[in-house]
Amino acid sequence: MKLPSIILRVMQHWLVPLLVVVSLFLLLRGHDEPGGGFAGGLMAAAAVILVALAETPTEARRLLRLHPTTLIALGLLVALVAGLIGPLTGKAFLTAVWLKADVGLFYFKAGTPLLFDIGVYLVVVGAVSTFALEIEEAAPLAPDRTGATPAKTDSVEGGAPSKS
Amino acid sequence: MNGLVAAPMLVPLVTAAVCTLLRRMAVLQRGFSLVGSAVEIGVALLLLVEVNSSDYLVSNMGNWQAPFGITLVIDRLAAVMVLLTALTGAASAWYSWISLPKSALSPAFHPLLHFLLMGVSGAFITGDLFNLYVCFEIMLLSSFVMLVLEGKAEQTEGAVKYVVLNLMSSTIFLTALGLLYAKAGTLNMADISILAQEAVAEHRAGPLRLGGLLFMVAFAIKAGMFPFFFWLPASYHTPSVPVSALFAGLLTKVGVFALIRLHTLIMPNDVLGHEILLVLGVATMITGVLGAAGQMGIRRILSFHIISQVGYMVVGIAIGTPLALAACVFYLCHHIVVKSNLFLVGGIAADCAGSEDLRKTGGMWLAWPLLGLLYLVPALSLSGIPPFSGFFAKLGIVSAGVERELWWVVAAALATGAFTLYSMFKIWIEAFWKDHPSSGFRLAPEQRSFVRLWPMLALAAITIAIGLMSGPLFHFCEEAALQLLNPNGYIHAVLGGRL
Repeated sequence: MKLPSIILRVMQHWLVPLLVVVSLFLLLRGHDEPGGGFAGGLMAAAAVILVALAETPTEARRLLRLHPTTLIALGLLVALVAGLIGPLTGKAFLTAVWLKADVGLFYFKAGTPLLFDIGVYLVVVGAVSTFALEIEEAAPLAPDRTGATPAKTDSVEGGAPSKS
Repeated sequence: MNGLVAAPMLVPLVTAAVCTLLRRMAVLQRGFSLVGSAVEIGVALLLLVEVNSSDYLVSNMGNWQAPFGITLVIDRLAAVMVLLTALTGAASAWYSWISLPKSALSPAFHPLLHFLLMGVSGAFITGDLFNLYVCFEIMLLSSFVMLVLEGKAEQTEGAVKYVVLNLMSSTIFLTALGLLYAKAGTLNMADISILAQEAVAEHRAGPLRLGGLLFMVAFAIKAGMFPFFFWLPASYHTPSVPVSALFAGLLTKVGVFALIRLHTLIMPNDVLGHEILLVLGVATMITGVLGAAGQMGIRRILSFHIISQVGYMVVGIAIGTPLALAACVFYLCHHIVVKSNLFLVGGIAADCAGSEDLRKTGGMWLAWPLLGLLYLVPALSLSGIPPFSGFFAKLGIVSAGVERELWWVVAAALATGAFTLYSMFKIWIEAFWKDHPSSGFRLAPEQRSFVRLWPMLALAAITIAIGLMSGPLFHFCEEAALQLLNPNGYIHAVLGGRL
């Protein structure tokens, strides 16, 4: 029943930052190329799940800082604000408004679709983390070595006496 | 003014998101939920006034032009449905505040309520079949969770049937969307309407008809029509009272609304034929009312009556004359208000009498006469007694049947009315008139506090107002029906220069 968690725990320290960076990369390139808020959000949620499996769900929640449900609500509001900037300039809801700037060597371009994608990113991270953490807390896959939820770990081991 | 077109979806979205953030602060959350509901009603009234003068309000999301972008369209029918949605949502939120003990309500109730309203209003204002599907899903996902909020065993049992049958309907809907898109290359309702009219003119409407029939089945399941209604009486009596009042008022009516759009706009000029719908509508009326006769639970009886009332509306769509469609729209206005109110009053009565089972209730008339009066207004209206709103709604449907000389439909409609009266009086006699089975039955003062009745008083006032002002209101419904029967007006408003 025990997962080979020492490998997972060591790798986790390397993989989680990497996953988060790649997820942000996907988020930012998403408007014109493959990627975007949804794919990026899923990858960030994968990082959260990895922490929950290698360490504990409590640790994953601590890492998120905000409650996953709060993330969903904030994401919805961010996406909504992105949609409402269009109407402020007299256009229809969700109309894209772009800012472009040439600063020396850099060409800078940002707009409401990016803001909308950030909203989607937050909603996806929040929603997937909610599902995964709730399920993991209700029926932990990995035995918990820190003793945060000893009763549940016991019952899992009691339920599956065959050591495989 | 076209900037407001998206508001019926945006206001609930903001309210839901903020209510989610406020989930730890019950009082603030309830307050914000009510404010949001009030804003929704205000927006809906504004839109109704606006649409009455300018016929169609159209907005292309993100400035992508129809038929390629997402289009929102509000005509008279959509505007009045959005208003009814907002009213029902407000009544439900209000009831949950003042009529339920604080601990009885999950913090997820208010966010889900507004997500559901967003889906329902979205379904009414969208001009695109795929977005109709998305809005159905928003509405269904919220309703799945709302059904099991208290986690009781009977709720889960009801929810399983509800979820399975509704997912089946969604699957059929999605299949039909795929077929239609493969055939027509567009899912914009106005665009499909043009293609359907051309196809009929050139006698090659066969494939379209197949897609249309699949849509009809999908919408018929949502509307709770015969023979697909089993999910409804299995689940509507299990959730808490404000939830079931909301479901009873709105969910099946979204199916009816989709059927109206299907038969007047998407597949106009009898592409589908009206005979199937007429037969199914009459069967829905009769099975619903007969099913109710055998029930003893207050909300179970009321659930079966939703089905039979949906039958009247479907018959209105199937007859399809201007008078019949106007009567159908009038019926929708009357029915949503009355049905939500009956569920709310029934919930209070069951709470006071100690049970929903009619055999274990009684004595409510002596204990609380005002509640009895509040029950009688929607109950008599539902059975079609003048001068209440239901009389004029039924009168419209029956005279449309007489006009087309569909005597068997007229006979079925009148008989259903009589049986409805029987069911309403069964609840009246068992819950209000007869003595309570336990001899020392008394209501605690906090149980019969007047404050609990406000939402029901408001809805009853609307019912009476609909009855008293039926003339001008029916005139409005006739205009809405004429608008529905002229799909080219809608097409022109959406596609404009492309015609």
